[in-house]
Amino acid sequence: MSMQTGLATSTTQLRTYAPATDVSVAAPAPRLEIARAEPVTAHRNPRTEPGPIRFIIIALAIAFLSVFVVLPLVVVFASAFSKGVVAYFAALAEPEALAAIKLTLLVAAISVTLNLVFGVVAAWAISKFEFAGKTFLITLIDLPFSVSPVISGLVFVLLFGAQGYFGSWLQAHNVHILFAVPGIALATIFVTFPFVARALIPLMQEQGTQEEEAAISLGASGLQTFFRVTLPNIKWGLLYGVLLCNARAMGEFGAVSVVSGHIRGETNTMPLLVEILYNEYQFVASFAIASLLAMLALITLVAKTILERRLDEAEVPDGD
Amino acid sequence: MAIEVKNIVKRFGSFAALDNVDLKVADGELLALLGPSGSGKTTLLRIIAGLDWPDSGEVAIDGENALSRGASERQVGFVFQHYALFRHMTVFENVAFGLRVQPRAIRKDEATIRARVKNLLDLVQLDWLANRYPSQLSGGQRQRIALARALAIEPRILLLDEPFGALDAKVRKELRQWLRSLHNEIHVTSIFVTHDQEEALEVANRVVVMDKGKIEQIGSPGEVYDNPATAFVHGFIGESIVLPVDVAGDAVRLDGRPLNIPALGAASGAAKLFVRRHDMAVGPAGTGALEGAIRHVRSFGPIQRAEVALAGSEGRTVIEIDAPRDRELQAGEIVSLQPRRYRIFAAQE
Amino acid sequence: MGLTLTWLSVIILIPLGALFLKTSELSLDQFWGIVTSRRTLNALKISFGLSFAAACVNLVMGTIIVWALVRYRFPGRRLFDAIVDIPFALPTAVAGVALTQLFAQKGWLGAPLAELGIKVAFTPIGIFIAMIFIGIPFVVRTVQPVLIDLDPEIEEAAASLGANRWHTVFRVILPSLIPALLTGFALAFARAIGEYGSVIFIAGNLPNVSEIAPLLVVIRLSEFRYADATAIAVVMLVASFLIIFLINRLQRWAQARIPVH
Repeated sequence: MSMQTGLATSTTQLRTYAPATDVSVAAPAPRLEIARAEPVTAHRNPRTEPGPIRFIIIALAIAFLSVFVVLPLVVVFASAFSKGVVAYFAALAEPEALAAIKLTLLVAAISVTLNLVFGVVAAWAISKFEFAGKTFLITLIDLPFSVSPVISGLVFVLLFGAQGYFGSWLQAHNVHILFAVPGIALATIFVTFPFVARALIPLMQEQGTQEEEAAISLGASGLQTFFRVTLPNIKWGLLYGVLLCNARAMGEFGAVSVVSGHIRGETNTMPLLVEILYNEYQFVASFAIASLLAMLALITLVAKTILERRLDEAEVPDGD
Repeated sequence: MAIEVKNIVKRFGSFAALDNVDLKVADGELLALLGPSGSGKTTLLRIIAGLDWPDSGEVAIDGENALSRGASERQVGFVFQHYALFRHMTVFENVAFGLRVQPRAIRKDEATIRARVKNLLDLVQLDWLANRYPSQLSGGQRQRIALARALAIEPRILLLDEPFGALDAKVRKELRQWLRSLHNEIHVTSIFVTHDQEEALEVANRVVVMDKGKIEQIGSPGEVYDNPATAFVHGFIGESIVLPVDVAGDAVRLDGRPLNIPALGAASGAAKLFVRRHDMAVGPAGTGALEGAIRHVRSFGPIQRAEVALAGSEGRTVIEIDAPRDRELQAGEIVSLQPRRYRIFAAQE
Repeated sequence: MGLTLTWLSVIILIPLGALFLKTSELSLDQFWGIVTSRRTLNALKISFGLSFAAACVNLVMGTIIVWALVRYRFPGRRLFDAIVDIPFALPTAVAGVALTQLFAQKGWLGAPLAELGIKVAFTPIGIFIAMIFIGIPFVVRTVQPVLIDLDPEIEEAAASLGANRWHTVFRVILPSLIPALLTGFALAFARAIGEYGSVIFIAGNLPNVSEIAPLLVVIRLSEFRYADATAIAVVMLVASFLIIFLINRLQRWAQARIPVH
């Protein structure tokens, strides 16, 4: 909105960039009186509401967001530190907590890496090539977004559970998927699959294939083209997708809960440990772990905001 | 209805969009506000409509202070550059909108509204599109619907912001003539904003030329074309040859050489000589005020357009002149040039 | 390319195939019996009913929030804009325990509400609250860009045609937002139906009263009643697909009338 004060060559421009009304400037009460005394200052912007209504709408928005979004977040940290800093760090140093943190990091590392690779490949295939079943592929990629996390976990139980389709075979060969790290990783990969691909597809579609074609016509190989032309163009979008993918991977609860088996110190990720400790009334410990996850969420949000700004800037040369 | 604008000042930050503008529009006029972008013409139009407010000054519509009323109370029809049709409404509902939102006390009944909308759609010759949505119309059709919608409220005045700006050249020409004849039919006081001089000269019965928030000249199309009041108007309307000259008394010099033309009362000092392309008479070498070598000739229609490199400028000053085709000019020929009509304005700064 | 398809099938198609394969093992009578059993039916009712109600609240409050964020300047606007994303970003289990703590009898909000005789935690109201929490970003983030891009000229046109602000907002602006509003509503609705983590802590999980469908799926799984779990899952899945399908149809319908230009 800094445009508002800047010099603009046309009035149309000024108007478009100044859609909002400054509440602090338009004092509502004395306006009518002024209007009578000196008509010129009776500034009635046809695109805004009367002062009291503006005030009510802003108050409602702030109140709602404060109660429903800010307060829960504050509660997490307040509860985590309710018995002091020492109790907080003691809770985090528990072997169970450390095991959960380790497992969460491991699962996130596995699923982010795999989804990064396949997300890029899927996005590349979808945006740079025409082939039959493309729409189907896009729908497939979106699917995990629209499926309940519980169902995402359920499908793996149906496959690998004791009564599952591969259950007896796995048992015979002594392979553990369900109630073990592979199951948790699989469920996490499933629910986080869309993030990377979804972040890249619009970006890559917009960029088209011209640069790649130019590179190939100049003699670059397929891989050279990818690493020297495609990848640099999508790096911010890629980072954006990885960021969201990682946040979800570390925080996933429903799907992981179904496949984990809740074996303490072994198959409990951080969100699962939050649940267990909470149900055992170990509130400080539970919220201490929760506070780490909340921090992760906040950092992700900040990074996301910065990246979004970068992505917007990257678009500028093309637009307008 | 007559419109009177007095001492309007409007600033956006440090940028003066309108700098003390005065304007009187008589009842039934079709007036063009002409100027480059940033000249303040659209801002003036929006202030008259009540979509913007001046920092100081007065606006009266039919002798009545307009600034004490908001846009919705002024009964001013406004046609937006990009039409601003309501996309979720049919053409019919778009035109009916102004009638449907009238205060209950004066709102017409449904049958009257329908009849009125139908009349307006007939007027703009688009009654067959009544049930379409704006997205299904061509640009020219949208423009005419936007006009019908503005006319539905029986506006006291009609304001049009770049009414043909978003249309392609052919549709533009057709709509110009159509707007003229429509105005002859309904005779509502109308002001339209344009940056296209041809459009202003062809459609309006009076033209207001604006630049940098000021009015440069007000006059009939003939007046602003033939008797430009300022250097800006001369340069902006019609194609002009502009040469930097020095005025000393009644003598005019170009690059130190006297031109043998009277200064026409221009003040002494640096000045600019303005000549229309077709007002430069071509004669044999040694007979005119200027001399030069023809570099290139293109002939089309009734004229031949010649590029002439002026003598004494080492070929750096090249002007384009339009000569009749009574004598074919040749590239390389040395000719003299004599301005038949010209204006000299003091150079700014 | 082949690799992509293989990977997609391994990670997405095969698991989902298993779901429908499992369902197909049930006879229609068995399926119907599971789905219409009292406990299942109640869980589905609770999930769908409360999700719908929460999505309605989100629709109204989301619109108000978008309006405030887009149209007005107030201290902390950018911060509140960022805050809207927290329900997206916060792990559901964290949201669940936080909301429970907040609305429990001794919680910051639970205590004053208890004085008024309102019990939120461990009742259906708690489920409703959690569903509002997770749904709000869907409405805000779907409607916000549309309101930002809305051509200012259409409001000026309405004003110049004599419409007062009320008419302009309710006859011109809000109707233009309808496709986005409906999309946001549907997304919030679908998300609330499937939501598990943020709901189960505050829900109380009393069968027939405050037990949501996803929880029942988990319970049936822990009882090794895979068929029951699968049948409920399929109902939920089909419902979400129907909602998504409707959104797409709706958007196509809206786009046919309102092309981007």
